[in-house]
Amino acid sequence: MARDEPGENGGGAGRGAQAMTALAVASLNKSFGGLRVNTNVNLKVEPGERRLIIGPNGAGKTTLFNLITGELVPDSGSIVLFDRDITRVASRKRAHLGMARTYQIITLFAHDSILRNATLALLGLSPLRWNPLVALERQQHLMAQAHAALKRVGLDHIADRPLAETSYGEKRRVEIAMALAQNPKVLLLDEPFAGLSIDERRDVRELLVAIPRDVTIVMIEHDMDTALDLADRITLLHFGEVIVEGTRAEVVADPRTREVYLGE
Amino acid sequence: MIDRRIAIAVTILALLAVPYAITEVYYVNIASQILLYAIFALGLNVLVGYAGLVSLGHAGLFGVASYAVASLLAAGHGHAIAILAALAIGLVVTAGFAALSLRATGISFIMITLALGEILWGLAYRWISVTNGDNGVNVATRPMPFGIALTAARSFYDATLIVFLVAVAATAIFVRSPFGAALCGTRDQPRRMNALGYHVWMIRFGAFMFSGLLTSIAGILFVYYNQFISPQALQLNASAEALLMVISGGAGTLLGPVVGAGLVVIMKNVVSAYIERWNFMLGAIFVAIVVFMPEGLVPGAVRLSRSAWRAMSRAKTAVAPVAGRKP
Repeated sequence: MARDEPGENGGGAGRGAQAMTALAVASLNKSFGGLRVNTNVNLKVEPGERRLIIGPNGAGKTTLFNLITGELVPDSGSIVLFDRDITRVASRKRAHLGMARTYQIITLFAHDSILRNATLALLGLSPLRWNPLVALERQQHLMAQAHAALKRVGLDHIADRPLAETSYGEKRRVEIAMALAQNPKVLLLDEPFAGLSIDERRDVRELLVAIPRDVTIVMIEHDMDTALDLADRITLLHFGEVIVEGTRAEVVADPRTREVYLGE
Repeated sequence: MIDRRIAIAVTILALLAVPYAITEVYYVNIASQILLYAIFALGLNVLVGYAGLVSLGHAGLFGVASYAVASLLAAGHGHAIAILAALAIGLVVTAGFAALSLRATGISFIMITLALGEILWGLAYRWISVTNGDNGVNVATRPMPFGIALTAARSFYDATLIVFLVAVAATAIFVRSPFGAALCGTRDQPRRMNALGYHVWMIRFGAFMFSGLLTSIAGILFVYYNQFISPQALQLNASAEALLMVISGGAGTLLGPVVGAGLVVIMKNVVSAYIERWNFMLGAIFVAIVVFMPEGLVPGAVRLSRSAWRAMSRAKTAVAPVAGRKP
């Protein structure tokens, strides 16, 4: 993969290291002025795990994602990716270390084709991105990879369609295709089912189930019905704090979950 | 592909034929001006159109290269050294310009470039020991590449045309490259690009350097064209004019800035001879462009001709069955 090419950062981190934690967040704090958005958050996600993060609106779920991906800098605490402390590592370098994310609010290149969107995801990890002299369309290997990434989410037949002319569900799948194209070790999905119809939910769900277990997934989701059985373990956030954490059954059965989230 | 190649060949031949078609020296000079300003606009368009960063200080960079050539020639250096040193100085100043202004985007970026452009203008105006202040610097001779004198309007046009074609080709390659795609990505979704692993700042810096290179080249052609440089060339007005070329022709298109440069130079030089209130005319044309083709002349014309074509073919298919029924 592009990430393993020489000159790129951190290729091979975590190889043959199934024993270590994929993602470890320790005592993480973040405030916006007087508002404490994340308070002493601890999270340990094992390699291959599917972790679901739930919590009401404003619980600090997306902020936690932004801290993990480095788009925000924590006030204190640490973030460790496969034994490497990345708390102070620049956000863009975390992509090179094997972290990819999708956005709750669709963040795509609206003026470009679906294919170009996928190509940009691949290019981000390739040294080719600095090349101003060759034609991008003639990079056969890269283009083939982009088509493969789109095939994986069932969009290759409309690869040349402008993104602006696609449905919301298709855009969601492009988001996921772009994250998967980067061949991440840890995949962060921010509400992948938000705003989708029942059919589209089923499609996206199948897509997520098909992701192999060498990818660790952390997922924020409101839609418990669709997301619950995807998860191995669940973390419940409330007012920026981890209230409950455990297996699916444990968290669902916990009275605090019912109190906070299910509104009983 | 073949159609495209033929179109390119025809265009180049037409451009080569310009000095033969219009023999009057005055108009050949106007054509040279259009080409050199088109290179300037191409350079500015790299930032405005592809990076989404609007600069109002580019005339400063343009002027730096002009003054560098003029001062080095005045100091007794040859043309080759003056031109190469001017390119180097232009790039160094561009790097400083970029490092300072890329701390921001949007309105703040415009304001920083505006301020930096004004500083360079102030330097040209007040650093009299180098720039001779308001009196400007004269350039006695034009260079003689491969022994060909560029004194005549026609030969200067030919030299400018060659540089122009290289600039257009370089820009075309740049835009289609992976780096060009990454640059457009930083314009549309900087946050996403960062998360995908791109160094957004460095990509913008690289684009700024390419923009500065084209701008410096245009500045060098300008000083040889006029054989004179004064602080006027660095005024805010000049930056705004270049921006108008880019926007009126079509920012983010390859040929838009070229068409825009033609429009502005012709209005300024030709129309002004017939209409005293040519500034008013220029303003009215820009208002018309903004109203009818807000995306600029080139993409606007493509859109209009496409819809006209569609309307025509629809009219044909609508008429055909009626005609078939008649007999």
